[in-house]
Amino acid sequence: MYGFGVLKGMAVTFKNFVQSYFVKDRMVTVQYPEERLPEKERFRNFPFLIYDGTPDNLRCVACDICAKECPPKCISIVREFDAQGKPLKRPKIFDIDFTVCMNCGICEEVCPFDAIYMDHEFEIAEFGRFNELQYTKERLLKPEEYFRKIRPTDATRIAEERRKKEEKKAAAAVAAPSTTITPPPPQSK
Amino acid sequence: MEKLDQVFVHLKAAIVHLAGSFLPDWLVVIISILIPIVGIAMFGPVTMMYLTLIERKLLARIQNRLGPNRVGKFGLLQPLADGVKMLTKEDVVPTNADKIAHFLAPILIVIPALLVFAVIPFGRNMIAIDLNIGVLFFLAISATTTIFIFTAAWGSRNKFSLLGGMRSVAQMISYEIPFVLSAVPVFLITGTFSTAHIVEAQPGLHWFVWTPWGFVGFLIFFLCGVAECNRTPFDLPEAESEIIAGFHTEYSGMKFALFYMAEFMNVFTVSGLVVTLYLGGWQGPFLPSWIWFLIKTYVLILIMMWFRGTFPRVRIDQLMNFAWKFLLPLSLVNILATGVWYYLRAPLNFLISGLIVVIGFSFLMFVNRHSLPKKRIYRYA
Repeated sequence: MYGFGVLKGMAVTFKNFVQSYFVKDRMVTVQYPEERLPEKERFRNFPFLIYDGTPDNLRCVACDICAKECPPKCISIVREFDAQGKPLKRPKIFDIDFTVCMNCGICEEVCPFDAIYMDHEFEIAEFGRFNELQYTKERLLKPEEYFRKIRPTDATRIAEERRKKEEKKAAAAVAAPSTTITPPPPQSK
Repeated sequence: MEKLDQVFVHLKAAIVHLAGSFLPDWLVVIISILIPIVGIAMFGPVTMMYLTLIERKLLARIQNRLGPNRVGKFGLLQPLADGVKMLTKEDVVPTNADKIAHFLAPILIVIPALLVFAVIPFGRNMIAIDLNIGVLFFLAISATTTIFIFTAAWGSRNKFSLLGGMRSVAQMISYEIPFVLSAVPVFLITGTFSTAHIVEAQPGLHWFVWTPWGFVGFLIFFLCGVAECNRTPFDLPEAESEIIAGFHTEYSGMKFALFYMAEFMNVFTVSGLVVTLYLGGWQGPFLPSWIWFLIKTYVLILIMMWFRGTFPRVRIDQLMNFAWKFLLPLSLVNILATGVWYYLRAPLNFLISGLIVVIGFSFLMFVNRHSLPKKRIYRYA
């Protein structure tokens, strides 16, 4: 029958039109600022620094590995020194330029001290282009509880690993409490 | 009901009466002329603004989206926001464009779109001028749109624009012929070109569309109307997937908005004319006449938008074949059916006229059938 295909096509669009008002599954639009999708645990975006307990007690030891590995070189670290000029195991400056960061997560992977992790934050828009997105140490620091909240699976696993490492360390300390560092044997000529 | 039916007519009379109490006679005449003009000049653009919103909402729903809903409740202020945006946009004119043609085309294209509102009967006694050649006036004026589209295309000095303009001319000229010929049955039956009289010839629910010739005439007229306003599936002049935006490729800001305005006002007026000729205009029971007219017109406009949400664009050869090989002969057959209807008595005329239309339709379908060869032969491969 001629014209039947045309009518069939129109019936399809009409069905879509009517059902869009009644069938919930059809409308997949999430009206973002008012409603949002539940955050997925594995979602990762922009790094943050983790601390245990107080903000002074941060895990970062300023080893500079993340800054070296960072592909777009957005991390800059300056080590802190004490009054005698002795290097301390914490950063004086830890800046991440979020205009440069590409959210690759390599810093998280390479960090041997579990100090830097990817965040769930993505609404970081600012009105300026320069200092506003230069995140300093103070803005990057977040407690361990926050990490536990956004990524519970990873947090438990990492906590477990850290606990085992601590135990091993403690056991080693108990086994050889007075071990002196022996100089390497002189090389024979 | 009678009061509500004539509310705008009484309003105009009251204003004229008020003006007559303290103004000289010649000024009162001018005022009585200006009232419908002002009404139309306000009604046309406002209709256009909200048609854009309705279209966006409807297409969105067809595609299971929400459509504009940010500006105001249900996005009702979206047209105003769009207007502000259009007005504040930079007006880009190509270096090599024909400056005068490029500037004038968008302004001139609105004129025919507004002029044809004059002969649309919005309700009982609600017509700006009851011309005795109303429909001819409409057809003649709306056909001039082609010239301004081509002016825009030529003035832009852009190959995409020119292609769009060429297509527009080819399409408009092709579709003008079945457009006019499918209106002829109505003139044959009513014996008048005046839109007001044509509506009066279809009292109550005795609309022309319920007759065999009226039904076919309505379909041809409506389809040609869709093609006349460059709407999908006949939007070849501005085919966005082929030639960017066709004749308005080089237009931005308010000039583009004027093209858009002309298109949507054409949609409204063509729907209004289809309603006038075949769907009984403002005739209808219970409701006031102007409400009936607006209901019918908006139903047709919604069908046009429904077309847009459903059909892909036709190819230029399909477009031409459809006009010349199918619509044109069918409208001629339809005129014959109308003549038969006019000269025969009540039950017989329905039968014979219907038979002629059905046979003509089937024959044309048979002649125009797709004939694919059984085996493909590659002559130049």
